[in-house]
Amino acid sequence: MGEAIVVTSGKGGVGKTTTTANIGTALALLGKKVCLVDTDIGLRNLDVVMGLENRIIYDICDVADGRCRLHQALVKDKRFEELYMLPAAQTKDKNAVSPEQIRDIILELKNEFQYVLIDCPAGIEQGFKNAIAGADQAIVVTTPENAAVRDADRVIGLLESSHIGSPKLIVNRIRPNMVRAGEMLDVDEVLQVLNIDLLGIVPDDEMVIKAANTGEPTVMNPDSKASIAYRNIARRIQGDTVPLMQLDEKKGRFNLFKKIFGVGR
Amino acid sequence: MSIKRSLITIKGIKDGLVFRLDEQCDFDELLAELQDMLENSHQAILSGPLVAIDVQFGRRQLADEQKLQILDILRTKRNLLVRSIEGFKSVEVRETAALRTPVTTISGMVRSGQVLRHDGNLLFLGDVNPGGSIVCTGDIYILGALRGMAHAGSEGSEHAIVGASYLAPTQLRIAEVISRPPDSGEEESSHPHETQMEFAYLLDGQMQIDKMANIARLRRDLNVFKGV
Repeated sequence: MGEAIVVTSGKGGVGKTTTTANIGTALALLGKKVCLVDTDIGLRNLDVVMGLENRIIYDICDVADGRCRLHQALVKDKRFEELYMLPAAQTKDKNAVSPEQIRDIILELKNEFQYVLIDCPAGIEQGFKNAIAGADQAIVVTTPENAAVRDADRVIGLLESSHIGSPKLIVNRIRPNMVRAGEMLDVDEVLQVLNIDLLGIVPDDEMVIKAANTGEPTVMNPDSKASIAYRNIARRIQGDTVPLMQLDEKKGRFNLFKKIFGVGR
Repeated sequence: MSIKRSLITIKGIKDGLVFRLDEQCDFDELLAELQDMLENSHQAILSGPLVAIDVQFGRRQLADEQKLQILDILRTKRNLLVRSIEGFKSVEVRETAALRTPVTTISGMVRSGQVLRHDGNLLFLGDVNPGGSIVCTGDIYILGALRGMAHAGSEGSEHAIVGASYLAPTQLRIAEVISRPPDSGEEESSHPHETQMEFAYLLDGQMQIDKMANIARLRRDLNVFKGV
């Protein structure tokens, strides 16, 4: 029986889909059997980030309504044998499926895959309720901005009062030089407000944008800092203890894996 | 004489004596005891130099002529100068009772979009985040950071206060008064450990902030520790 993890944030544009695609790919890189599920019905884009748009035949609504079997709707990744994606429908809206239907689909996927990653739409309405219905755990993605932190806090509150309980946090798009200049919230400040476990931090990296546009998750490129960050997160999900990334660019590569809280503060 | 609890307690204060009269007993019994005290049992201590007297009859409801009866007895001693004779005002009695209601303790975290409502006084162990609020008919004490909104005395009690280990609210409300921190000073959030515990209260309809150590000066009805 696998684990279903929903990736959510409240606010849009903080990197839910990118995070889902990259963690999923990183887990596949570690040899896990992974399925990515896009629940952003009507505004799907996990398929675009994964570069699998042109392979879609059926979608999650077709499965929910019984127009096809689950296996017919799964799209196999180009790079990994054991990485699949269940796309959302683009022509319908969030009300086209119910939380119960999604829960049944996720349950079926968990029988077959070690990890089921669910990409949640922005907002806290029907789409959010659908996305969390089948999940066992949650990852909340935020950026170091007050607006994103506020929405993350709201979503954490909703998750805590749901069956899932306390989620894990990813702070995305950190710009170390802005943090150093005091122009951006640092991870400590974000954690102080949200008060949940930190799963990882991801630096802002142009490679991520480039990769998303070419349909190739950043994680495939071992030279990018964001890539290493996502690989670390995947290892932590797997249960390994990996120290937080050292974001300060002045330090050499050797220090990359030093704990952020440890030295020189 | 029978061994019964004295109906009248005499207490010395800096500049005189306080006569505390029992609140429950029969009025005539009270008068008899007072008379007895002055003429017999306490005769020795109650004669001598001029001394000021405050008479307190607590919650007992006394008519004016009953007060006169008490005064008449006290006046038989020439050295006793009655300075005041009073009980609790009925309103005061009710307010004190309300403020003394026990404090309920709740722990957790109030996140954005969540509202914690409570009837009475509340001790909250945890943080209140921006976008979250605590609404309470009595006082609110927060052992943690208040970054959201707190409304104390939500049903109109202007005596209510809001206290927090780290007081950095988006907005504060006490009774009908709404206040927010000044727009300047963004520095605050970075060093919460350096700030001290504070509380907010109303003074002539204006929101005031003071450090927690000064709370005793404000609220005479709280149980105040005065040292040994």
